[in-house]
Amino acid sequence: MLAYLARRLIQAALILLGVSFITFFLLYVLPADPVRQIAGRSATAQTVENIRHQLGLDQPFVVQYWRYLVGLVQGDMGRSYLQKTDVATLIMARLPATLLLMLGAIVAELVIGLTLGIIAAIRRGGALDQTLMITSFVAVSAPQFVVGLLLLYVFAVKLSWFPIGGYGSFSNLVLPALTLGIMGSGWYSRMMRSSMIDVLRSDYIRTARAKGLRRSRVLVLHAMPNAILPIIAMIGIDIGIFMSGIVVVESVFGWPGIGQLAWQAIQRVDIPIIMGVTLVSACAIVLGNLIADMITPFIDPRIKLR
Amino acid sequence: MSLMKTMLTTSALAVSLSFAGAALAQDYQPDPNAKPGGNIIVTYKDDVATLDPAIGYDWQNWSMIKSLFDGLMDYVPGTTELRPGLAESYDVSDDGKTFTFHLRPGVKFHNGREMTADDVKYSLDRVTNPVTQSPGAGFFASIMGYDAMADGSASELSGVEVVDPATVKITLSRPDATFLHVMALNFASIVPKEAVEEWGADFGKHPVGTGAYKLADWTIGQQLVFAKNTEYWRAGVPYLDQITFEVGQEPIVALLRLQKGEVDVPGDGIPPAKFEEVMNNPAEKARVVEGGQLQTGYITLNVKTPPFDNLKVREAVNMAINKKRITQMINGRAIPANQPLPPSMPGYIKDYKGYSFDDAAAKKLLAEAGFADGFTTELYVMNTDPNPRIAQAIQQDLKAIGITAEIKSLAQANVIEAGGAGKAPMIWSGGMAWIADFPDPSNFYGPILGCAGAGEGGWNWSKFCDPEIDAEATKADSFTDPADPKRLAMWSDVYEKVMEQAPWVPIFNEQRYTMKSERMGGADNLYVDPVSIPVNYDYVYVTK
Repeated sequence: MLAYLARRLIQAALILLGVSFITFFLLYVLPADPVRQIAGRSATAQTVENIRHQLGLDQPFVVQYWRYLVGLVQGDMGRSYLQKTDVATLIMARLPATLLLMLGAIVAELVIGLTLGIIAAIRRGGALDQTLMITSFVAVSAPQFVVGLLLLYVFAVKLSWFPIGGYGSFSNLVLPALTLGIMGSGWYSRMMRSSMIDVLRSDYIRTARAKGLRRSRVLVLHAMPNAILPIIAMIGIDIGIFMSGIVVVESVFGWPGIGQLAWQAIQRVDIPIIMGVTLVSACAIVLGNLIADMITPFIDPRIKLR
Repeated sequence: MSLMKTMLTTSALAVSLSFAGAALAQDYQPDPNAKPGGNIIVTYKDDVATLDPAIGYDWQNWSMIKSLFDGLMDYVPGTTELRPGLAESYDVSDDGKTFTFHLRPGVKFHNGREMTADDVKYSLDRVTNPVTQSPGAGFFASIMGYDAMADGSASELSGVEVVDPATVKITLSRPDATFLHVMALNFASIVPKEAVEEWGADFGKHPVGTGAYKLADWTIGQQLVFAKNTEYWRAGVPYLDQITFEVGQEPIVALLRLQKGEVDVPGDGIPPAKFEEVMNNPAEKARVVEGGQLQTGYITLNVKTPPFDNLKVREAVNMAINKKRITQMINGRAIPANQPLPPSMPGYIKDYKGYSFDDAAAKKLLAEAGFADGFTTELYVMNTDPNPRIAQAIQQDLKAIGITAEIKSLAQANVIEAGGAGKAPMIWSGGMAWIADFPDPSNFYGPILGCAGAGEGGWNWSKFCDPEIDAEATKADSFTDPADPKRLAMWSDVYEKVMEQAPWVPIFNEQRYTMKSERMGGADNLYVDPVSIPVNYDYVYVTK
């Protein structure tokens, strides 16, 4: 187990190194000059070259990348070109909001997805099942920008149940978490449905029913724990999917997370911020996958980590 | 050398001045209905990057910085007229090269210390020092000693001299009619040395100025709170106790919140998709203020690349574009343009006819140029709405005279890069250029039409460079009075000559539409202030 963990952590470090290299390289070859963005439109050629030199952007790619890595190892993610603030400070200020939003989204997708999946499995083949599965299909395919605006319009503007955007209280969290979670809930309902159908067909369920146990007791105590098993592992992978969704959802709802930070930095070629957010997201994805793999043996003793 | 004494504090005296009198004559009369107090909420989509006046150059932080800091010069609210700021008065030498500023006594920074001439010198040295990386450093190029600062061989501007704690003498290396405007730019704001040194690179997050408001709180990525500076040196203002800027709000969300009464001013304006809905609702339309802005949208034609090196081709393109249709595409939020300067800019030529829309004449010109069958080219455009739609309209218009333009829709930074490198035959400027930095005709020439901007990486995307026109522009800027009618006539002539060479197709001048909540008070021009964009926070007030 420990050896496995150590091996996975080394793999994780290599993956992050690869991500940092690819991102840094893409930003380097991008046909947009960060120095122009800093220098502004009234700068003389001399000012531009001065800034380029100060930031070390006149150095060859290898030198620039090496300097970045050396800083990174020492815990220095650099300073934003345009905000002139430590990237670590900017990310730390926004990370709690993103984590809270993801947590909310996980709760939303699990509650909605599992409930719908179980109902569909019980009513397999019926009209309700079909309606739910079509709904889940729509949920998986709907663009988050549209879902977000739709929820905002109906529940915040028309019904006034929730505030229109903003951050700070539980009621602010509901709509963005739903928007982010709705796609996952579509997946989960489909997975839960098929997993539940498999389990319900298995021998031990028939035995339990034959023993005379009530149907509801069999469902909740015997079928559900086994049906949920394969799904738990998915949550770790979700973090990666969320990372792509937060950029959109955070902008629609004015949620002050790192997605918004990344979006603004991309538009202005603020390389240190883009690098920082990319690495933090990559860390989250790698860790999410690792955690998912680590908890699987606890849920299913048949699986051994080697 | 006789000095022209210019007392700027009272209008009666200012009228008698030999120069700049007209521009400086009418200081602002505070609104008699204004009452102090109240908090307002203003929203922006993009985060505020910095409040350091030497660095901030964004839509959202421009007027915030204006409210936190002051410079030696300022503008009459809602207008483009200069008025004194931290300088109470100034003298100009006959040759227009020496400005002596007399500072207002008793002005205090937010940290309680009194502002002195040393602070003025420190601030100007700081903004021109390459280490500061100020995007505005180039504006100060006419101050003596600027070149030594820029190449790093000096650490102070030799042209800025502290005469006594209340007097600063600034010597220019050449006469510069725009110098007083430059002194009114955010970049020329006066900052206290001790606060800059205390915070270092983080000064932009901990600004200390002399302005009408001070920064009370900043939660990164969420909101900024400005509190009234109760010791502000201008009597009676500001009116508001507090302004909360909420950032990260999509314009469409900000509008919905305004309609529910949760927001007072959506800083990014009315989103295009909602514009007609708002304007068709009389109650909402009444809360929209319309005004001009010092902006021109244009197509650049790269005069160094065939076939646009041929004047006839450039003229033909100028005649092929249906500008009226383009303004209709953006809900009529602009007026068609025929010259580089926008109508509210001094020097605009009212009776200039320009190139009229005429397909037949355009085709004839193309044929004369040897392109009877047209040609294929590329049109670069920034990829945010409405710019790609405008590019499509341009594409259709060009098609009608036989030119096939392939649209290259890219992120802003990529278009700017292609333009600077001279790789783009045609660029639609929307979303990138050009809004004036200060209300003077020279600001539409040097960087975007003059030889200075035509080099590698410059913003003159046409790469147009005519030494004779450049010489006339330099002459026009050697006047001492920026508002001298002779100077303005020269600028008009410069732009007329530029249009004879047709390096641009001027398309339109955008109008500004600011929406506000019902309780917002103050004259309309404060909400479309040409300088404090988008709103002059120091003078607006709430009625309830």
